[in-house]
Amino acid sequence: MRLPPFQTLLEAHGPDVHRFLVASVGRVDADDCYQETWMAALRAYPKLRDASNLKSWIFTVAHRKVIDHVRARRRVAVPVGDVPETLATNAPPTPDDDLWANVRELPDKQRTAVALRYVADAGYEEIAAVMGTSQEAARRNVHEAIKRLRTEYQP
Amino acid sequence: MTDIEHQLRRRAPIPDPLPDLTEAAAAAGLLDVAYATFDSPLGTLLLASTPRGLVRLAYLNGDEAEVLEHLADRLSPRILAAPRRLDEPRRELDEYFEGTRRRFEVPLDWRLTRGFTRRVLEATARIPYGATATYKQVATEAGNALAFRAAGNALGSNPIPIIVPCHRILHSGGGLGGYTGGLERKRVLLGAEGYSGSKQP
Repeated sequence: MRLPPFQTLLEAHGPDVHRFLVASVGRVDADDCYQETWMAALRAYPKLRDASNLKSWIFTVAHRKVIDHVRARRRVAVPVGDVPETLATNAPPTPDDDLWANVRELPDKQRTAVALRYVADAGYEEIAAVMGTSQEAARRNVHEAIKRLRTEYQP
Repeated sequence: MTDIEHQLRRRAPIPDPLPDLTEAAAAAGLLDVAYATFDSPLGTLLLASTPRGLVRLAYLNGDEAEVLEHLADRLSPRILAAPRRLDEPRRELDEYFEGTRRRFEVPLDWRLTRGFTRRVLEATARIPYGATATYKQVATEAGNALAFRAAGNALGSNPIPIIVPCHRILHSGGGLGGYTGGLERKRVLLGAEGYSGSKQP
């Protein structure tokens, strides 16, 4: 298995991974998630079997870190048995774009699909690969999110 | 594209300064190869080290990607640009180019060499500043006096030129022979070390 030097991966996708994380967990926690993402990637890299789509791979790792992060945050803040589907009120206040603040309050799958599509410029095939869903589900998640934002977002 | 989609793209988070990963990677034992490039009197150099020591010094001629790919294949794909981790060899090289250092002390990682080639290069590393030797002498040192051509090939594949001073190896008649970075660089290095070219090695 021939793998490119890890640095080329970092240079190609580092900025977009960070933006994806800002969109997903907010600016305050993005740096930690970013570091965790790349450390996990670095650990797994030499054993990687398929180097044909490294962008999907690194965003899959980042997506997992977002899920871990969201779970950890809920464990801290929300009583068990009453788990909301969104990050909602526990998100730290960040001076950020209000539209993207709305995105962060979408259900997890919609939020991730939107962040991948509009931050990482991912196609539906890629979104499906990263999130482990069908392309159809990826399309639906983005569509539902857009519909919801259109009604909920008041500039 | 709908208006909200347009807005999402336009107002997506802008790139932030990215956190530096190299220290965390090194602390976790995940930085197998650290590298840096810098400008020297002999052109741009790439330095790469492993936890064992300096493993590569390359004269760059627009081929940084190839040099890194080779290191990924031969050593490990866990390669990161980590300039601070190359401060020590870089300082020694600066001093050498300024003429204030005659011996390198950075630990070397010989992993990119093996067998006869390694023995030739190790013999070469023992030749002091200002001195020269012949291809035949290093071949003899490496255990095979007849293999001076192979010694030439070994020197041509030197992964750590300057610090492993293959520029100090000359033909028996005093001819310059070859050099991995081109003969002009060999002349400059020998000249800086006080070799006039007229005396017999």
